[in-house]
Amino acid sequence: METKKGKQPDRKEIPPYGTEITGSEALIFSLIEEGVDTIFGYPGGAIMPVYDALFDYQHHLQHILVRHEQGAAHAAESYAKILGKPGVVMVTSGPGATNLITGLANAMVDSVPIVAFSGQVPSNLLGTDAFQETDVIGITMPVTKWNYQVTSAEELPEVVAKAFYIASTGRPGPVMIDITKDAQFGKVKWNYKKCTKIRSYFPYPKVDEEKVEEAAHLINKSKKPLLIAGRGVLISNATDELMQLATKADIPVTTTLLGLSAFPSDHPLHVGMPGMHGNMAPNIKTNECDLLIAIGMRFDDRITGKLDEYAPQAKIIHIEIDQSEVDKNVKTDVALVADARDALRKLLPLVKENDHKEWIESFEKEYEHEYEHVIKPAREAKGKDIKMDEVVHLISEKTKGEAIVVTDVGQHQMVAARNYNFKRARSFVTSGGLGTMGFGLPAAVGATVARPDRTVIGFAGDGGFQMTIQELGTIGHYRLPVKMVLLNNSFLGMVRQWQDLFFEKRYSFTELVNPDFIKIAEGYGIPGQRIEKRDDLEKAIDTMLATEGPYLLEVAVMKEQNVFPMVPAGASVSDMVTK
Amino acid sequence: MEKEKVEEFTIKVYSENHIGLLNRLTIIFTRRKVNIESLTTSEYHIPGVHSFTIVINTTESMVKKIVKQAEKLVDVLKAFYYRTEDIHYQEIALYKVPTSALTGTNEIEKLVRRYNARILEVTPDYTVIEKTGHKEETQELLENLKPFGLLEFVRSGRVAITKPMKELTTHLKEKEDATHFTQAEN
Ligand SMILES: Cc1ncc(C[n+]2csc(CCOP(=O)(O)OP(=O)(O)O)c2C)c(N)n1
Repeated sequence: METKKGKQPDRKEIPPYGTEITGSEALIFSLIEEGVDTIFGYPGGAIMPVYDALFDYQHHLQHILVRHEQGAAHAAESYAKILGKPGVVMVTSGPGATNLITGLANAMVDSVPIVAFSGQVPSNLLGTDAFQETDVIGITMPVTKWNYQVTSAEELPEVVAKAFYIASTGRPGPVMIDITKDAQFGKVKWNYKKCTKIRSYFPYPKVDEEKVEEAAHLINKSKKPLLIAGRGVLISNATDELMQLATKADIPVTTTLLGLSAFPSDHPLHVGMPGMHGNMAPNIKTNECDLLIAIGMRFDDRITGKLDEYAPQAKIIHIEIDQSEVDKNVKTDVALVADARDALRKLLPLVKENDHKEWIESFEKEYEHEYEHVIKPAREAKGKDIKMDEVVHLISEKTKGEAIVVTDVGQHQMVAARNYNFKRARSFVTSGGLGTMGFGLPAAVGATVARPDRTVIGFAGDGGFQMTIQELGTIGHYRLPVKMVLLNNSFLGMVRQWQDLFFEKRYSFTELVNPDFIKIAEGYGIPGQRIEKRDDLEKAIDTMLATEGPYLLEVAVMKEQNVFPMVPAGASVSDMVTK
Repeated sequence: MEKEKVEEFTIKVYSENHIGLLNRLTIIFTRRKVNIESLTTSEYHIPGVHSFTIVINTTESMVKKIVKQAEKLVDVLKAFYYRTEDIHYQEIALYKVPTSALTGTNEIEKLVRRYNARILEVTPDYTVIEKTGHKEETQELLENLKPFGLLEFVRSGRVAITKPMKELTTHLKEKEDATHFTQAEN
């Protein structure tokens, strides 16, 4: 595609087992053995031998050259969230590795499998403050599920196998492998065996059958049950089982921010999203239900609000793969510590068909209230300014709920979560636990690489967009068909909202003087347009969706729109405010 | 809500002998602002297994969380917590006093006998006394030796043997039997 002044790669094939190869080749071959087809990376001195080896195997392994290592981590995370397999990252030592930290931390809290490789100075220089040496193992320890430093070529295949096994099994998470330069140059007899077990690692606890019976009993006798589905449902591919449980026992389902798209948004049993900017019905009903069945979620404080007043009346069943999450925040009555799909499959035959008509109707009443007072006014084409909700809602309709939606962090993120009508699983990518501004654009890169066949809409605010704006370079370079929707309110909107509500409207350093985003995109060869008038909105969306390749649609939205409803920080979930 | 009481707990962690694991373990404590009172690590009698004995003062709900977090580490085989009554434990203390303090009086020798300590080494300059026991005992001896011009003192971390009879291998076998190593298809 681009002109290469240097030599062309030799198209090479992997040699048979037993052949003597370099550590760098061993790494590349190991990745191929693991079924990796894409690396998000950025080269540098300490990883050059690996890049050199990669050059000849590009026909097996595509490499996406991001514009900043943070972008590689976010792109890999998005890729992993959508495909349900580890995203792979490759960077150099020192600054290359430290630039990954935010991305690893983000993947860690959101339980996303990433396998990241960093080059490291030669092992004889370790600990000498050599050029571009940093203690990658030490620095990434708190933000990785596992990490390891490889100092000899012989170790590489086994360590890579272990890395993929650990990253992708149990509660997934990021794994960092630091490889000294001498290990990349060193020799090893090529051989590969996938890892299927580690003595000290217990990824999928077996379901306790007695507890399953207890849970079924609670479900069968419950008059007002509520299901709350988190990302664990998506991780374990349990969306069918969730659907079966909900429909068989007639239980309303609320999906967390990270659980969105695990259950179709417009299903009659779907009652919206819980939490700080969630829907009123699931929040209020959390404090009225007699049974809360939480699946693959960890009772984050953005979901529970004030803990003492979170579902005090309800029995709680927690289906969770990570033992350390059980009773961490919310005391449970029955804990099924297991993979969500495994637990649900055991539970389903014991659950009786049921009918909770009245209970479900009571959610509709809350929804109607929210619709009248919050949703409709926000979506209505009324008033001088375009509101974020109008834009998301319209895009949801135009894409028929079939797109992959990626967001950055802030008001637009909540608006996107609230207004997009998800029809398909694994269709929402957002930074949940860490709330990382700058996540959106590189995550959109990862999404289009993962699913070039699907429409990818990337919503961002004008603040977060500028945190990783350089990834426009990646999008332009590979002509990635991201449909970027920049909801520009000229503010760090979400912070401004808090200043408005809790700091007497003192807008301390939240107003932005912004560049000409369309010109910037144009500089990268990306078409786009800015619209300010509602009359232009629909046509602009049509143009964007009809454009092949990337497109930037900047919408000048109302400057001081607040996202409602809201559970103010520290309040009970049933004390939502609508203005 | 009633405030939970703070107690002394002894945590035992059994792990693979991997570089960096100690770091990962201590992060669990520091992140929760729990101070480690003492920490001892050694090889276990099962090849390749390492054991950590960690003493902390905290609430039971916190120690439970910490043990779960420790067990969650990929390289940790198993972690437990105990109250003092569930373990046999010892610490060792070494005291260095000037040898001149022993000449012309048998006071120090009396202390050594009274505290069931022993004299480890005598040189013309200094004498080293060793005492094994609980912290209160080694501390008391320390106070008693101070007037004799004590030169140096050091106390080890706690080592502990647990009272329950169940062996680590049995625990591990049970844990392994209760685990799928790849996602169950059923
Ligand atoms: C890296 C980072 N820095 C700061 C914040 C705090 N923060 C949360 S939302 C927000 C405002 C986001 O503004 P913008 O990107 O314009 O989106 P909007 O809220 O206006 O939709 C800020 C500053 C954050 N989440 N992440």
